Formats: sequence, structure tokens, C-alpha cells
Amino acid sequence: MSSKEISSDLSIADRLWKTFASVKLTITLLLTLAATSIVGTLIPQNEEPTAYLQAFGELLYRVFALLGLFDMYHCWWFRTLILLLVINIVVCSIERLKANRKILFERHPRFNLARYRQLKSKSEYNENCDAAQLKSLYPPVISRSFRYQRLEKTDTGFALYAESGRWTRFGVYIVHLSVVILLIGGLIGSIFGFDGFVNIPEGETVQTIQLRNNDQKLQLDFAIRCDDFNVDFYDSGAPKEFRSSLTVLKQGEAVFQKDIIVNDPLRYEGISFFQSSYGNLTPNEIILNFTSQATGMIYSKRAKIDEAVTIPEDLGTFVLKRYTRQADFKGHNIGEAFIGVLTANDGSAVEVILPLKFPSFDKMRKGNTFIAVADFVPRYYTGLQVSKDPGVWVVYAGFILMIVGIYITFFMSHQQLCVEVVSRDKENRIMVAGTSNKNKLGMQKKVAKLVDRLASLTSGK
Amino acid sequence: MNSSIILSIITFVYGLAGFLYIFAWIFKKPAAGKLATWVALIGFIGNTTGILMRWVESYRMGIGHAPFSNLYESLVFFAWTIALIYLVVERKASNRIIGAFTMPIAFLAMAYASLKPGIPIEIQPLIPALKSNWLIAHVITAFIGYAAFATSFGINTMYLLKQGRDEEQVIWVDIAKPLTLFIFVTLFSRVLLVGNWAMSFIVALPICLIFYAGVFLARRMPADFKNRLVVMFPEPAILDELGYQMTLFGFLFLSVGIISGAVWANSAWGRYWGWDPKETWSLITWFIYATLLHARMVRGWRGRRIAYLSLLGFAAVVFTYFGVNLLPGLHSYGALGQ
Repeated sequence: MSSKEISSDLSIADRLWKTFASVKLTITLLLTLAATSIVGTLIPQNEEPTAYLQAFGELLYRVFALLGLFDMYHCWWFRTLILLLVINIVVCSIERLKANRKILFERHPRFNLARYRQLKSKSEYNENCDAAQLKSLYPPVISRSFRYQRLEKTDTGFALYAESGRWTRFGVYIVHLSVVILLIGGLIGSIFGFDGFVNIPEGETVQTIQLRNNDQKLQLDFAIRCDDFNVDFYDSGAPKEFRSSLTVLKQGEAVFQKDIIVNDPLRYEGISFFQSSYGNLTPNEIILNFTSQATGMIYSKRAKIDEAVTIPEDLGTFVLKRYTRQADFKGHNIGEAFIGVLTANDGSAVEVILPLKFPSFDKMRKGNTFIAVADFVPRYYTGLQVSKDPGVWVVYAGFILMIVGIYITFFMSHQQLCVEVVSRDKENRIMVAGTSNKNKLGMQKKVAKLVDRLASLTSGK
Repeated sequence: MNSSIILSIITFVYGLAGFLYIFAWIFKKPAAGKLATWVALIGFIGNTTGILMRWVESYRMGIGHAPFSNLYESLVFFAWTIALIYLVVERKASNRIIGAFTMPIAFLAMAYASLKPGIPIEIQPLIPALKSNWLIAHVITAFIGYAAFATSFGINTMYLLKQGRDEEQVIWVDIAKPLTLFIFVTLFSRVLLVGNWAMSFIVALPICLIFYAGVFLARRMPADFKNRLVVMFPEPAILDELGYQMTLFGFLFLSVGIISGAVWANSAWGRYWGWDPKETWSLITWFIYATLLHARMVRGWRGRRIAYLSLLGFAAVVFTYFGVNLLPGLHSYGALGQ
């Protein structure tokens, strides 16, 4: 390879590096991310294709699908934008670290006396005492608010240099690092974790769950049993609590038990089970009251699905068929109901609807017997969100770093101070000046306070 | 006397404070300004009492929880935080005109909470998803952030008034400005006031016209009168710095608010980020303010451009707060038990 080719290669890499080292790019990317993110909040994400087709029509559906707008936060171009932002952040940080390395990693900070003398915000005053006295009085006071301090002799006296908070210049890199860590955590989660759900009827045990992002099922290393599910309501009808009693089973043996509610999941071997929904199931057994129209006698009988119940007084047999959450009666929704078939002794069969809301509904049928639901124990299934995310602790570490980093970047600063004492016989001219990389107003106030304190040191004696 | 009555009285106290601040500013009556501070302080104390009483009342009802659980309670807390931040800023900056631009926001928040039909004022029991210790941390941090951004919005509006019109006249900017204003006003009247888009256009049009009539009149005003209005404003550089400090403060709390929300979401639903509209909009807000911070810290932007970005950021805040209710697919705890 000729040297010419190498240099042109380098220049492309250089140009690329320079592009990514630009804060203009950061601003462009941040605003582009903000603008494009809006789209995914206007179009519902991850719905069924038929729902989209109905909402947008054929043409728009195709265009949107091509652009990945139905799962836009995971589509290629949105991910590319995030990737570009990360590269941008990393390159900018490296560039700035390089440019500022003298300021950041200096063990013996350099001070430029002339610069402090030129500061507009400097304060000056006179002291009529021995310069040596000032030399011993000042350092302890200054070290109260400045960690590092150094005394240097000058031609005309001495100068005290002090600084604190040099490390706070790293704050912005901590924030940038936290963003990278967050995304790494997210990546770990999406590679090594999963996200699924499972419905478990009360009393039953499952070992496979349904994954969310594809149609696959996942076999767990353990089984999970729902011993009980309960839902409580407030008087207003709003839900108060959803509670599932879960047992973890290994080789058929119970190894762990926990009642979970929303906000308090079960965690086992890195897999978490969250209470997320529930539903009604057909009760195993109900108690029915059969009232004979002829004698007025009431007979209570237990009934199970598809088991015939013989009604006394030769009134026939009743077979409970099913339970439904929404029964239909002449086009009206009459809510939860049991449905069964009553067969009279002459062989004629009639469907009987027993809505829970209207206990004497069956009277309307005007049959030989009036059937009502006396009692039943509701049976539920619990809907669990099942997820595993080994990246979550990385993400949390990123969260903490981000908060700490933002605090340091915004509210802490690198402050430098110079106190120069110019001595002529017993006359000392003292100059105090300070600089800060941020919050310069705050630094000026701090210097003013310090001047007051330093000036009062000798007057007190 | 219960908390609801106290809080409705506080609405008027804040309204009075805002009125006094504006009066003191326009008619140059320092005495009215001092009175305004006292009224605002009384309002703040009453607001605090109202929130605490509501907390106690919820325990008396047997459904005890911190009063941060629905739109009404969050608006009351929002107003409280604005009043607190403003009173601190007033002390620090020793300028009362800022009150004319921030206390009205506290008043509007309270008035909206009490008067807008369809916002339930009664104390409601917590639904299962909200039963978490993260509720308090999440709501408090998010609303401190929102309130800081609101204050920054007020201060940046002052900055723009003080600086007058742009020196550089660019034709597309002249067209873009009223158009942007119209779009935003339409959006917000849809979000906050009326139930459909056609109505919100009808509402937005006169609001924009009144705004531009005001701008037109302001430009025709005698120069000395105009100057008289803004002369007592803090110096542009100080307004710029103050608005920026508020943005920093808001950004820290917005970040903590989003993060606490993420941690909570992970303990409730098993995911710390799900791109639901509320989450996404809070991130959009975060992106906009992050842009502002980088533009200022690294690119050295100052003044007008930062002020406009700050207005845009606050628009995103308001949309995150209210607008998300319009969007499909809500905060998913609504799905439970359906």
C-alpha cells in the first residue's frame, strides 16, 4: 500500500471523527430524536396489523410499515439515531478529555499571578502589620474552604494559591458515561432477558410462558402454581387489591411461596412474576335452588358443569352447561350468568339463563320449576407478567451515576483563589481574587466573604 | 372547614397576588408589590395547610395516602411548588416583577384544578398500581421539575419582552413565528379547554389575534412608555442567568422524576421503560432541555435563542402533563381488572 493511500484513508477517518466530535451534531440529534419520538406517541405501537389496516387504509399502512412506525422505537432508523448519539457522546467526551487533560489531571496546578491581578472582581485592602504574621494567619482560614493550598514567594512579598473542586470538572463525563451505561444495560436486557406473560387458573400449575415479542413459548426451569387469587373492590367499585398466592415448584416440590400484589412481585432465580391482570373462570360447583311451582317447595342442589341434576317431584333433570361473563337475552347484555338445559320428563328441553344480577329472572319463563343460583365460589385465573432482565442493575447503576453526575455538573464548580501580599516595610497591600469554571456569581460572593474574614483577623487582636 | 374549601380560597389568594404583582409592575407601585409578596406568602401557607389537611382527611376516611394521586392533587402541588420557588427567587433576585410572570401560572394551575369540569376534587382511594412508596418520590420530584421549568418560562418571557424584537429580520422566521404560535395555541386549547379539534381551532384563532393585536399595540406604544414597563426588569444578563439556573434545577429534578418513575415501573410492571406516551413525552422534554443545556454550555448560546428553546421545552412539559390523555394507549395501570 502506498503512503498516499494511507494518508487519504486517515483523512476519511479524521473527517468522520471530526463530524462526531461536533456539538452541532449533538444538538441536531437531540432535536431529531425529540421530533421523531412524537410519531410513536401518535400511532399506537405494536397493535395487530388488521387494526392498522382499518385505521389507516392499505396505502398508508404499507408506507408506515415500511418506515417501521408500528414499532418505531425498535426499528432500524430510530436505533441508528440512538447509536449515532452514543458515538457522538463518546467522541465528544474523548475530545474534551484530551483538550482539557492538563486541567483535569494536573497534580500541581499552575497559577498565573498576572491573570488574577487583571480580574475585575478582585478585592484589595491594606494591613499594617508584619508580613510574617499574615503568612501564618491566612492559610488556616483559606484551607477551610479550599482543599489545596500553596505558598509562593514573589519579588514583592508572597502569594497564596488555593483551589477546590478540580474533580468536579469530571461531572459532565460522568453524565455521558451514565448514558452509555444505561444503553448497555438496555442491550444486556434485550439480549439475555425476556418478556412474557402467563395466565394461571386458581389451583393449577404451569411451566411454560408466552413470550411477547414473538409467538414462541418458553419453558421455565421450575413450575409455578397459583394457589389462590383474590380481588377486592372499594365501595365505589374501583379495584382495591389484586392478590395472587403463588408457589414455586421444583420437581413437584414446593420450594418458595409468596403472595404477590401489584408493586410487589415474586422473584425467583432472576425471573420476576408481576400481577398484571385477572379473569373469571367457570366455577367448579354451584348451588342451585329449584322452586316447585306446584308445591312451593325449594330444593337446594349442588351442580357441576355437564352433570345432570335430578329435580324432585318429577320435575325433570337440569344440566349446567357453562358460565359466561356476558349473557345475551333478546339482544340485551345481562352480564354474568350461568346457562343450563332443563329437560322435562316428557323429553322437551329448554335453555335456561340464570343471570347473577337478576336472581328471579327465571320466573319469567313460567315453567313448572323456577331455578335460581343460590351460591357459588367464584373462580379466577391470574394474569402474570413474567420477565427476566439481567441488565436492570446496570441500568440502575446508570441512573445513580446520571443523578450524581448532573448534580456535580450543574451545582459544583472548580474554584481557584489567589491571595497576594505585597509588603513595603510594615505596609502590606493585599489582593484577593478568585475564578470559577461555573457559577461565577457564587464565587464572587464567596471571595467577598473570605475578604471580610481575612481583614478581620488582624483587627481582632 | 375542609381542605377543598381552603384550596378554593387559595385559588383566589394566588389570583390576588398575581394581580397585585402585575399592578405593582405596570403602575409602578412598590407598596402594592410588597403587599403582593405578603399575599403570595399567605397563599403559600394556606396551600401547604390545604395539602396537609387533605393528607389527614384521607386517613380519617380510612383510605390514607399522600395527596399526590390524581390530576387535581398534582395541580395543587404544582401551584404550591411554583409559589415556593418564586418566593425563593424573589428573595434571591430582590425583584418583584418576576412575580407578575410566575404567580399567575400558580393561579391558573389552581383555577384549572378547581373549575375545569371533569376533574374530580374528592379524595379517592388508591388503585393498586399507585400503592407504592415510589408514588411520593416520583410525583414530588417530577413536579418540582415542572415548577422550575414554569418559573424559567416566566423569566424567559420577561427576557424576550425586555430585549424587544429581533434585530435580524428573516422572512421565514417572521412567517414561522405566528404559525408556530397558532399550532401551539390550538394544541393547548384542545388539551386544556375543549373537547374537539374544530372547536380548538375556533378558540385558538381569537387568542392568536388578541396576542398579535397586543404585540402591534406594544410596537406602536410611545418608546418611553414601553421602556417604563421594562426598565424595572432585572438586567437581560441577569434574567438570562436566572432562567438558566431554573432550567438547571428543573433538569435535575426532571431526570430524577423520570428515573424514579422508571424504577417504580420496574417494580409494578416488570419493565423500567416501555415507550408509553407519557414516558416518551417526558423523554422528549428531556431531549429539548438537554439541547438547551448543550447549546448554552458548549456552543455558548445566550439570550433569545435560549429563551425560545426554553419556551419550547415548557410547551413539551405542558403536553407531557395534560396532552398525553388525548393520545392512544394510556399509562397502562388502566388496563388492570378490565
